[in-house]
Amino acid sequence: MEFLFYFGDVFTPFNFGLLLLGTVFGLIFGATPGLSPTMTVALAIPFTFKLEPAAGLILLGALYTSTVAGGAVSAILLRIPGAPANIATTLDGNAMAAKGEGAKALQLSFLASLVGGLLGVFLLIAVTEPLSRWALAFGPSELFWIAILGVTIIGSLDGGSLVKGLLSGCIGMWLATIGFDDMLGAQRFVFHPSLGGGINIIAALIGLFAIPQVITMFAGGRVDAAAEVIKVQKHRISDAIRELMRRKRAAGIGTIVGSIIGLIPGVGGQIAGLVAYDQAKKLSPERDKFGTGHSEGVIAAESANNAMVGPSLVPLLTLSIPGSPTAAVLLGGLLIHGIFPGPDLFVNHANVAWTFINSMLVGQILMCVIGLYISGVAAKIAQVPKHVMAAVVLALAVFGSYSVQTSMGDVYVMLSLGVMMYFLERFGFSAAPLVLGLILGPIAEENFAQGAMIANATDGLGPYFLTGGMNLVLIALVIASIAYSAWMELRSRRYISKEEIIQ
Amino acid sequence: MRNVIAGAALALMGMTGAALADGHANYPDRPVMMVVSYGAGGATDFQARIVTMTAGNEDALGMPIAILNKPGAGGRVGWNWFATQAEPDGYTLSAYNVPHFIAQSIKGGVEYSTDSFEPIANWGADPAVFVVAADSPMNSMTDVVDFAKANPGKLTFSGAGLFVGHHIAALQLEKAAGVKMAYIPTKGGGAAAMKAVIAGDVMGGVNNLSDAFRAREAGSVKILGVFDLERNAFMEDVPTLMEQGFDVDNASVNFRGVMVPKGTPQGIIDKLAATVPTMFENKRVAGKMKAGGSPMHIMNREEVQAMWAKREETLKELLAGL
Repeated sequence: MEFLFYFGDVFTPFNFGLLLLGTVFGLIFGATPGLSPTMTVALAIPFTFKLEPAAGLILLGALYTSTVAGGAVSAILLRIPGAPANIATTLDGNAMAAKGEGAKALQLSFLASLVGGLLGVFLLIAVTEPLSRWALAFGPSELFWIAILGVTIIGSLDGGSLVKGLLSGCIGMWLATIGFDDMLGAQRFVFHPSLGGGINIIAALIGLFAIPQVITMFAGGRVDAAAEVIKVQKHRISDAIRELMRRKRAAGIGTIVGSIIGLIPGVGGQIAGLVAYDQAKKLSPERDKFGTGHSEGVIAAESANNAMVGPSLVPLLTLSIPGSPTAAVLLGGLLIHGIFPGPDLFVNHANVAWTFINSMLVGQILMCVIGLYISGVAAKIAQVPKHVMAAVVLALAVFGSYSVQTSMGDVYVMLSLGVMMYFLERFGFSAAPLVLGLILGPIAEENFAQGAMIANATDGLGPYFLTGGMNLVLIALVIASIAYSAWMELRSRRYISKEEIIQ
Repeated sequence: MRNVIAGAALALMGMTGAALADGHANYPDRPVMMVVSYGAGGATDFQARIVTMTAGNEDALGMPIAILNKPGAGGRVGWNWFATQAEPDGYTLSAYNVPHFIAQSIKGGVEYSTDSFEPIANWGADPAVFVVAADSPMNSMTDVVDFAKANPGKLTFSGAGLFVGHHIAALQLEKAAGVKMAYIPTKGGGAAAMKAVIAGDVMGGVNNLSDAFRAREAGSVKILGVFDLERNAFMEDVPTLMEQGFDVDNASVNFRGVMVPKGTPQGIIDKLAATVPTMFENKRVAGKMKAGGSPMHIMNREEVQAMWAKREETLKELLAGL
């Protein structure tokens, strides 16, 4: 309960002002496509040079928590996931916005973020020590199986066909191989200088989700634009809270999955939302509604990606190992003030460490309050005529993909992937499995290659990948997940064939 | 009207001519950009932002330096861009990492070599060190080499990728000790390599001195040797490889500094070479670098030119067999 003693430091006028500033800017940057949490925090580091250590970290902590939540805004309203964390949010969130329920989707996403975020930070406060050992339990073989487990959820991300889902997953994995391979020192499929660094995940996300929609909107022309203006329904915050209470299961699954996965160095943040979405869908009686604008989808995804924020800092704060790119940037923010994270961080720099953690708690609440306040207004974006909207989204997509690495190459990649996705979507493929392949492919490959090198030098491939408690548990989960998908597929197929017989 | 335009054009030409003639006395008259070939928040980016923060001072360039990140493929994307697309007008600088870019140019597949760039000054030197987990039975480099001799190819040790300082250090160690070990490159940079050591995924690792220093403070690793010519001020107690009887020099030390593209006017190079080292010597810069655990090592243009040439020679020899 030591953290309570340091709450006063958060509420000094100057620090609280910084916290408010960080939250507002974080929401804005998070909602801007291409400005990922990592980049926002990195850009803010120079501003902390002149601040006191605690004040500087308050700013960084507030920015981190609110950019993760702010990413939901563009995911829901524009169908542009600001970061990999928000992919799952687009699936149901954007469908809700299209039905005119944008305000409800935004309110739920901010509330779910608050629930997940608070619990995640409490977890960080309460059980830091055991958690740090858990974070280290994942070696190359375990991470390889985690990535494979991630691939098995492809089936539930694509509402239509399992085969098409798997196929787009494969396309994603192939795209991920492009570029220079650091493990073997070889160049693969680099047929244009823009691809030298591989396909940037954020540029790809923007292209795959936003561009097909832009093309569809342009294809509609502007004659009938006035005819189908969406009526944006008002939604009371109290109703949103009641809705969240009714969807306890989704919020619970999101929070638990997010916290556990967030701990795994290098993997967590990217897939927490997707895995939580998948689990919430499998365990929900209304699983058929997922993907059509179902509130549980938004709640699970958003509670997971904010629940991951606290635990993702555990390896950094206890072992001095940054477990995610954002944590690496925060490490820079600590070092600049001469603070070395490690087991004695909470002894040597108690006021700074606890003030930082407290600022994330208060930041979560501020983020939620401000987010709820803007939800109603922001949802009106859906009323913008489609041809205008298409132009705005296109401009944001180009700006966003350029700003990731200040490179025109990323813009070309974004546009070509977007056009490709437009045609794929017309043939019934969807973007989410493709993106999952793009994210998990390199994780699986890298850890397999690394594991294989270690295995060949020590006990051999079989024992390395197939023995050990954690490996066996993960393999069992992979088999269960595949069996479940196969069973669901067979069941629905039998159902259809019966119908056909009747006809 | 036409005369006015022609007159204005002539006047403009006259002005640029004057600027060229006076040896770029006005340089820089607008903010300068510096390309960093690694992502925002990485060690190179972090240090580049600190050492350039006083560029706007009157005694430095008098104009701020803005950092532009062009990450990808271990730095190749940024340096390729810098060698082929950057304007050689003095307004586009780049950070360099030696031995990375030299080793990459020797291995091929990139559009640059040491001849594509003109060094300006060096700001930092981060030596590689050999680390093992805190509970490892190995306590010196001799223990490590003895184990490797008894179990050829079975000693696994991590490092950040291929053809970077860590990899060079690994190759030098194998060559000097005459043993075969299993170098395991990681993708997530030094942090992932360090995690592999602490978690026990591998038996040891090569890592950055600054990161290893922090990990040792945190009680998770032991540092067995420094891949440099002399001991480091951050850890006086750790002997160099040379002291432990292995012929390993400072070829793997990660030197960071500033360069410009080939073809930049000599006047501008001279001006930068004179101002930039003094900019690095600023007290505030030194204070921030020390706080961040980043060892500084300021070298002027001539020293860097000599260092590049020497490095290229050593690396060509070392990488010839790969």
